[in-house]
Amino acid sequence: MIQSKQTEILVGLFVAAGLAALFMLAMKVSNLGDFTDEKGYQVTANFQNIGGLKPRSPVSMAGVRVGRVADIKLDPNTYDAVVTINVYPQYDNIPLDTSASIFTAGLLGEQYIGLQAGADDFYLADGDEITLTQPAVVLEQIIGQFLYSKAEGE
Amino acid sequence: MIDFIRTLGRWALGTMERLGRATLLLVQILTGIPELMMRFSLVVQQLFYVGVLSVLIILVSGLFVGMVLGLQGYNTLVDFGAEESLGVLVSLSLVRELGPVVSALLFAGRAGSALTAEIGLMKSTEQLSGMEMMAVDPVRRVIAPRFLAGLISMPLLAAMFSAVGILGAFLVGHSLLGVDDGAFWSQMQAKTDWYEDILNGVIKSIVFGFVVTWIALFEGYDAVPTSEGVGRSTTRTVVHSAFAILGLDFVLTALMFGE
Repeated sequence: MIQSKQTEILVGLFVAAGLAALFMLAMKVSNLGDFTDEKGYQVTANFQNIGGLKPRSPVSMAGVRVGRVADIKLDPNTYDAVVTINVYPQYDNIPLDTSASIFTAGLLGEQYIGLQAGADDFYLADGDEITLTQPAVVLEQIIGQFLYSKAEGE
Repeated sequence: MIDFIRTLGRWALGTMERLGRATLLLVQILTGIPELMMRFSLVVQQLFYVGVLSVLIILVSGLFVGMVLGLQGYNTLVDFGAEESLGVLVSLSLVRELGPVVSALLFAGRAGSALTAEIGLMKSTEQLSGMEMMAVDPVRRVIAPRFLAGLISMPLLAAMFSAVGILGAFLVGHSLLGVDDGAFWSQMQAKTDWYEDILNGVIKSIVFGFVVTWIALFEGYDAVPTSEGVGRSTTRTVVHSAFAILGLDFVLTALMFGE
């Protein structure tokens, strides 16, 4: 009887360890842990070109992550990309005239939205729009422009 | 010439017969499983022999596989100045491929061979026929619990393998080679998907557990009841399991990750 009790305890530990490993894979290794993002307030921003931005891309201010891209849509009238940003609730004092640009982390890295604080006395609130935006830099376009201007100069 | 054709025919018939017996055994096992839920203590006992006793080899191998991946990956990635991607490299290779496959191979060697030898010996010492004489179905009493235990243990062991491997790679990458720990984890989390990568890895390990335990139990149940026959069956378990794992891995990978 004692033997079987010990066996049961060891099997219990085994199953618990296996599930813990799976849990660690879920939370620490995969992106599942990020789904528990706190719900903040949503602001939108229109970009001419978003490059490789995707939903759930990071939004940062001075390098600190302040939110995530919640949704990306195409405006049917202006043909701009409408990006909805979920800003974490503790960052509730972002000035109204903040500008948003799309940057690339490193030369080939992920794309993210960088916010530069403005000087307005009023702060962004739920449903507001960031009007000052700068589209993503598309490397191929720049190379194309450079070659074109080079050819023109000669 | 006639002799050669006859040998070929006998071999083909023998193989088909074995396949048929294996399928019949599987059907018998599967119909026995609902009944087994009433006596789950039988399964717990087998989980101890099949699962708990395999933990040590899985953990040690996982740690070393992860550490080697960390070292080798770093040496390659550093040429491109992309050593921060070490986390992604290690997590994807472990979770998608190495975790399920290597732990299934180890599982076949550690637990599968033991299952075959145990059941083969039961058969050669006529314990199985003894049970039948007492109107106890040996498939339900002896084989089905072992099957279920193998099926449950395998995904848990594979998850432990991957988790320990990633920790090993982190140990080598961060403490030894100086990869930034924040970049290691954040790049890993950005590129490893729960459904695409981890759940597919878990499905793989369940399939491998199914196949390995099935092969091991069938080889034991079908063994020639002599000491030589049991030995040959045990060898066959390991060889056939390895073939089945590697072959199925290709098929599953093509189905899951191929476009």
